[in-house]
Amino acid sequence: MSVDIAVIDYGMGNLRSVSKAIEHVAPSASVVVTSDPAAIAAAGRVVFPGQGAAPDCMREIDARGLRQAIVDAARSKPFLGICMGMQVLFEHSEEGDTACLGILPGTVQRFPHEAMHDDAGSKLKVPHMGWNNVHQAMPHPLWVGIEEGARFYFVHSYFVQPTAPDVIAGFSHYPFPFTCAVATANIFAVQFHPEKSQNDGLTLLGNFVTWNPGERDTACDMSGAACA
Amino acid sequence: MLAKRIIPCLDVTNGRVVKGVNFVELKDAGDPVEIARRYNEAGADELTFLDITASSDNRDLILHIIEAVASEVFIPLTVGGGVRVVGDVQRLLNAGADKVSINTSAVTNPQLVKDAADRYGSQCIVVAIDAKRAGDHWEVFTHGGRTATGLDAVEWAKKMENLGAGELLLTSMDRDGTKSGFDLELTRAISDAVDIPIIASGGVGTLQHLVDGVKEGRADAVLAASIFHFGEYGVDEAKRYMKQHGIEVRL
Repeated sequence: MSVDIAVIDYGMGNLRSVSKAIEHVAPSASVVVTSDPAAIAAAGRVVFPGQGAAPDCMREIDARGLRQAIVDAARSKPFLGICMGMQVLFEHSEEGDTACLGILPGTVQRFPHEAMHDDAGSKLKVPHMGWNNVHQAMPHPLWVGIEEGARFYFVHSYFVQPTAPDVIAGFSHYPFPFTCAVATANIFAVQFHPEKSQNDGLTLLGNFVTWNPGERDTACDMSGAACA
Repeated sequence: MLAKRIIPCLDVTNGRVVKGVNFVELKDAGDPVEIARRYNEAGADELTFLDITASSDNRDLILHIIEAVASEVFIPLTVGGGVRVVGDVQRLLNAGADKVSINTSAVTNPQLVKDAADRYGSQCIVVAIDAKRAGDHWEVFTHGGRTATGLDAVEWAKKMENLGAGELLLTSMDRDGTKSGFDLELTRAISDAVDIPIIASGGVGTLQHLVDGVKEGRADAVLAASIFHFGEYGVDEAKRYMKQHGIEVRL
């Protein structure tokens, strides 16, 4: 049986949650959790999750010989980055001064200690952990059926700063606006965890498993309000 | 804006959810998978499972429960109880837990917290602190509240943050099961002392206690068991009450 969806396993974090959620929204699809470059190359679409620290993440990717397979997939097929799997798509992370994959131009920075308080002066904790509003910065097939400002589950201490603002697909506030979703031709990547964000998260994953990047405009025309 | 979280806690023993008073006198509250499903539908922001006997026999039971819950409930799941070595963390994560809570072993072997955080990331390592008032400070207890450690709870919280804990689950043993409200002084003292999120636990009897835990205790999340298990209040009802009192919640 051909593999419809490959979830890239590079030893970082809880992939069971990701694969379970995808199986839930695509019960007839073949979903594999894999560290085999050939399986990633053969899959129809790829999910790139990840938790933990950027230096470990990059080290594990290279230790498993996955760098080229990830770069190739990100350039050629529907590709969903989640959390650390979003951050390492960029060029450099402040976490451990780490060179990342450089698929997208930009950097990854820590929430700056001096900025972490709300309007009333109360301290804001890091990691940014919990359910925050996600504001949609562009219409996109993956946002279809999800209300503007819907809450998703986050847990992270670093956030991406894309060089090109036109890739920003979503942002959140903590306490300042930061990019929490990016989109290019066939890549969609999010800082939050759709696999842990209840119904809206499942909707996003469901949109991903049927997403045909080449037909983006058509998908939007058919989707109604979310793409208006 | 980031929402304050409401976390129902399921104390599990022999495959059933139970609830005690001051850590003893257990009362059966039902099937964990069924309860988890119900809380998810009511809008719980996360679920915490504490394996309160955590014998080796029981460990397999909780793994099966977590697997069953993780297949149909897509919100963060924390599991604690009897976590002694990094391999325990791995098994719980593989079963579908998103975070693992470490309590007694953090005291007997603080290196476990560091090793687990280094290996799996701080985001999935919760350190549970059971604290009891001792004069002008609070002392850390282990083994389900049976063993005094001589450790100061505030200093211990800071040490756990430094070793890589991503979150602290703080239970007041004086208040647990009493329905007299969180120990707000304890909660605030620890929340102010660290930069990582604090889950307040122990003593919730009314919805106002949840509000107080956030507003006066400065907790980032509030955890409760018996008020939800025995149907006194719904999770959704608790969230609406908190919102009416000016707290940002996910509705």
